[in-house]
Amino acid sequence: MNTREVIIDVENLVKKFGSFVANDHLTFQVYKGEIFGFLGANGAGKTTAIRILCGLSTPTAGKIWVAGFDAFHQTEQIKRNIGYMSQRFSLYDDLTVAENIAFYGGIYGMSRKEIKEKTEVLLNKLEFSSQKNKLISDLPLGWKQKLAFSVAIFHNPKIVFLDEPTGGVDPITRRSFWDLIYEAAENGITVFVTTHYMDEAEYCNRVSIMVDGKIAALDTPEGLKNAWNANNMDEVFLKITRKL
Amino acid sequence: MESISIHIDDVSKTYANGEGISNISLSVKRGELVGLIGPDGAGKTTILRIITTLLLADKGMAMVEGFDCHKQYKNVRRIIGYMPGRFSLYQDLTVEENLKFFATIFGTTIEENYELIRPIYSQIEPFKNRRAGALSGGMKQKLALSCSLIHKPSVLILDEPTTGVDAVSRREFWEMLKGIKEKDIAILVSTPYMDEASLCDRVALMQDGKIMQIGTPAHITSQFAHTLYSVKSENMYAILKSLRTYPLVHSVFPFGQKLHLTLKTGDAADAKHFLQTQGFEEVTIEQIVPNIEDCFMELMSSKKTEV
Repeated sequence: MNTREVIIDVENLVKKFGSFVANDHLTFQVYKGEIFGFLGANGAGKTTAIRILCGLSTPTAGKIWVAGFDAFHQTEQIKRNIGYMSQRFSLYDDLTVAENIAFYGGIYGMSRKEIKEKTEVLLNKLEFSSQKNKLISDLPLGWKQKLAFSVAIFHNPKIVFLDEPTGGVDPITRRSFWDLIYEAAENGITVFVTTHYMDEAEYCNRVSIMVDGKIAALDTPEGLKNAWNANNMDEVFLKITRKL
Repeated sequence: MESISIHIDDVSKTYANGEGISNISLSVKRGELVGLIGPDGAGKTTILRIITTLLLADKGMAMVEGFDCHKQYKNVRRIIGYMPGRFSLYQDLTVEENLKFFATIFGTTIEENYELIRPIYSQIEPFKNRRAGALSGGMKQKLALSCSLIHKPSVLILDEPTTGVDAVSRREFWEMLKGIKEKDIAILVSTPYMDEASLCDRVALMQDGKIMQIGTPAHITSQFAHTLYSVKSENMYAILKSLRTYPLVHSVFPFGQKLHLTLKTGDAADAKHFLQTQGFEEVTIEQIVPNIEDCFMELMSSKKTEV
């Protein structure tokens, strides 16, 4: 593991809002091509940390490098090198499938030619070609979710951040969504994912669990289960967050 | 005798975009906790809104404690507690003011029904002078539940109370529901989380506006028509891809640290042999008992092939 390329390097990340410490000396590394699960109870400070890693918020202190860029001074470069998808916001409902793809490609500075070529490839892969000119609002949720993920990695970012990507979707779609995640990771894209589904924590290469602004545990799912004497990640999560 | 508190019979509702619910029948007894389980768009909220008199059905009948949800909506409204999906409290009123507001609307006082909400409200009472908007997610949830119970309803309707809530807080919330149920209140709750099914007395599995199956969790899992195996090994993703090419496979899905597998014919030994020919030596395959999520996916798949 140690010889692997580090793509996110966080050392003593602190973020304060007034006197409230949302992130209290977080230290961790994420490797290239890894699926990294970022878990924690509501209010533990996950969203604050993700916003900093995405270049949307400035840390109070620490050394934070994302895709080789400094989270204090190079936030624009960070944004260009990452993709982001959340359950709440992903695609524009009143644009078509093709328009959404073209819009995101354009934002990330891709040429028209490149967008056109890659759109064909993507739609074929997703078996979406017949839906190309449909409005997003007319698509079922599961399709939207898959398309949103594909759009988030359309510009071939080094890292993709997924904030509860599978909330509310049916169990079959949820699983086919993870196929896309595995495929992206195999193609060298680092996947940084939050979820409330504990079975999905098992699909990650490594998992960190935040409690009260700190990282309380970080290991492979197997390692965490052994260390906490638990049968599954649900038990691990319960033991760590309830401090049993 | 057990008495029916919520009763809906052959209810349908179609929205302008063609979505909706069709031919839904369901009942909830006093002291029973029934779960509507399914993904977004399955029709869960539509059912709850018809029962809470906020939406009229196109056809069918909905009754609460003998009152018709259409013609006698005023009676129904007085006896139901409703916790909608979105946070429904007044953000700029304090915790106590919110509770007082809901009590007053129903012509009662906090003191009169304090005993019912005590186990829940006492946890947030230390913050009773804080504005509701400034509460944490978990505390908001407890306040919303307290407000929906303050008039001592005989029926409690909760629309996805645990969506987006972490695994530990979800568990605590279900423990609270259990306590409420014991007060002889009928509870109907919707959730997208399949693992919460085991906490319900009965569940209705919903997809595309229909109830695919309804019954006790034990009954539903006993109806699973295949022998279910769990497969465990190193490199699960490679094994998953390999099994998908195996002609005898009926279904294979990742389930946390394992794969869940059903076969058209043959048994575990056949699957193991196949995997060995594909270069997977260290594989454990065991027969296991299906859970609600297995059943849900099987129902979804069989419904698709029927169409």
